[in-house]
Amino acid sequence: MVDTRLKRTPLYECHLEAKARIVPFAGYEMPVQYAGVIEEHRAVRTAVGLFDVSHMGEIEVTGRRALDFVQYVTCNDAAKLTVGRAHYSGLMTPRGTFVDDLLVHKMADDRYFLVVNAANKDKDYAYLCAQCVGFDGVDVTDRSDEYAQIAVQGPKALPTLQKLTPVRLDEIKYYRFVEGPVDGVAAIIARTGYTGEDGFEVYVAAGEAARLWRALLVAGGEFGVVPAGLGARDTLRFEASMPLYGNDIDDTTTPFEAGLGWIVKLDKGVFLGRDALLRQQADGVRRALVGFEMTGRGIARHGYPIWAGGSEVGAVTSGTHAPTLGKPLGMGYVPVERSAVGSVFEVEIREQKVAARVVGMPFYRRAR
Amino acid sequence: MAQPNDRLYTKTHEWVLLAGGEATAGITQYAQEQLGDVVFVELPAPGKKVEKGAALGNIESVKAVSEVFAPVAGDVSATNGELESHPELVNQDPYGKGWLVRLKVAPGVADGLMDAAAYEKFLAEEGAH
Repeated sequence: MVDTRLKRTPLYECHLEAKARIVPFAGYEMPVQYAGVIEEHRAVRTAVGLFDVSHMGEIEVTGRRALDFVQYVTCNDAAKLTVGRAHYSGLMTPRGTFVDDLLVHKMADDRYFLVVNAANKDKDYAYLCAQCVGFDGVDVTDRSDEYAQIAVQGPKALPTLQKLTPVRLDEIKYYRFVEGPVDGVAAIIARTGYTGEDGFEVYVAAGEAARLWRALLVAGGEFGVVPAGLGARDTLRFEASMPLYGNDIDDTTTPFEAGLGWIVKLDKGVFLGRDALLRQQADGVRRALVGFEMTGRGIARHGYPIWAGGSEVGAVTSGTHAPTLGKPLGMGYVPVERSAVGSVFEVEIREQKVAARVVGMPFYRRAR
Repeated sequence: MAQPNDRLYTKTHEWVLLAGGEATAGITQYAQEQLGDVVFVELPAPGKKVEKGAALGNIESVKAVSEVFAPVAGDVSATNGELESHPELVNQDPYGKGWLVRLKVAPGVADGLMDAAAYEKFLAEEGAH
C-alpha cells in the first residue's frame, strides 16, 4: 500500500510553538503562515525572515563521471562550476521540457549536490536513477531525509547568521557556498534564495535543525527576525519573478518559452533535450511567459484563461496582489507576438474579462 | 473569541445585523482569520436581488479567492466602498468597518440563522477555536 500519511519536517514542533497555520504541501505538513503573509513578506523585504524549506529534496550525484552525468541530464553548463559554486538549472526531458528546476552545487570533482522541488523529489530521483545507467560508477543518492534546510532571507540575513558562524559570510558571493560550522554543527552555507533578497540557504543534519532554528530566532531578534511561511515564500518569489514548478514551468514548457534561455548552454555537448531545444531555437518559440499587471479590477490566478482578439490565447500561471508593489500582477503564457511589454490582453476572472498589460520582469528588484 | 450578540450567523461564516427593513452583512472573525490578508473585495452592484445562500461576492486574500454567500435574501441597497481602497478592514474590523453589503429585506428573512451562542457552539463542534 502507498503510504499517504503526511510527513513532517524536523521543525514541525517549532512551527506549532510559533502558532503557524499548517497545511498539506507536497506530502508534508508545512507552515503556510505565522503572523500573516503580508507581515512576513514585509519582514523579509525590510529585515529578515526564516523559512523552513526542509521539504525540498537533496540528491547527491557521486563518482568519477559525476560531471558527465550532471551535464547529460541538465541544461546549464556544470563544467563551468568550480568547487564552492552553485547554479540554477533544469532537469530536462528528451523534449527539452522541465522534469524539474533545481540548484546544482559542486562539492568536489566527483560530487554534486542537487536541490530539487519537494513535490518532484521522488520523480526526480527515479528519473536520475533511470538515466544514470551507462554512466559507470555514478551513484545517485536521495539525501532528503538526512538534511534540513533553513533559508535565512532579507537585508539582515547576513548579520543574523553571522552571529552563529565563524565563516566570513561577506566573503561568500552570490551563488557560492562554503561548508562550515553554524552554531557548532556542520553545515552547507549557500548564498542563494527564492525571495529576491540577499540571504543564505543553510543545510544541516535533520537532527540539528530545531536547535539551529531557535538559535536563529534569538540571533535575529535585534533585527526583527520572523518565521515566514510558504505563503510569503510564494509572494516573495512571485514579485522577484522566479518561476514556480507546477505553476509557471512544468514538463510541457521549455526554458526558452519560460524566459530561462540563460540556463540553456547548447554548445556544452550532448544533453537530454538538446536536439529539441536546438530546433526550438532555430524555429523560434511560439509562446512566451510574460509578466502582466491588471489594468482592470481583479486578481489573476493560476489557470485563468487569457483572451485576446476574441480568442482564448493562453493561461495565467501565477498571480496575486503583490505586497511590496501594492498591485495585482500575474504571469502567464501568451503567443509570442503578444508578449512584448505594453501588449494588452484580457484575463477571464469568474466569467468576466478584465484588462491586463504586459510589463517587464522581474516585477521587483532589490536595491544593491 | 466572543461574537457580537446583536446579530445572527450562518454556517458559512457570514453575519447579518437586522435593523428595521435593512440588513447589514459581513464575514465573521473566524472567516477573516481563515482567509488571511484580504487584498481585494468584489461586491454586487446596488439593486441586485440575492437569494439566501447565493453568491454575494468574492473576497481575495494574497493566497486565494473565496466566495461569500448571502446570509439572507434581499435587494442590495449599498456596498462598503471603503473596501475598494482598504480591503484590510475586513481583517481588522470584520464586525464593524469591514462590513460588506446592506440589503433591503422582508420580515422573517433571518429565520433559521444562528445567534451568537449557537454560532460559538457551531465553531466549537467544527473544531475551530
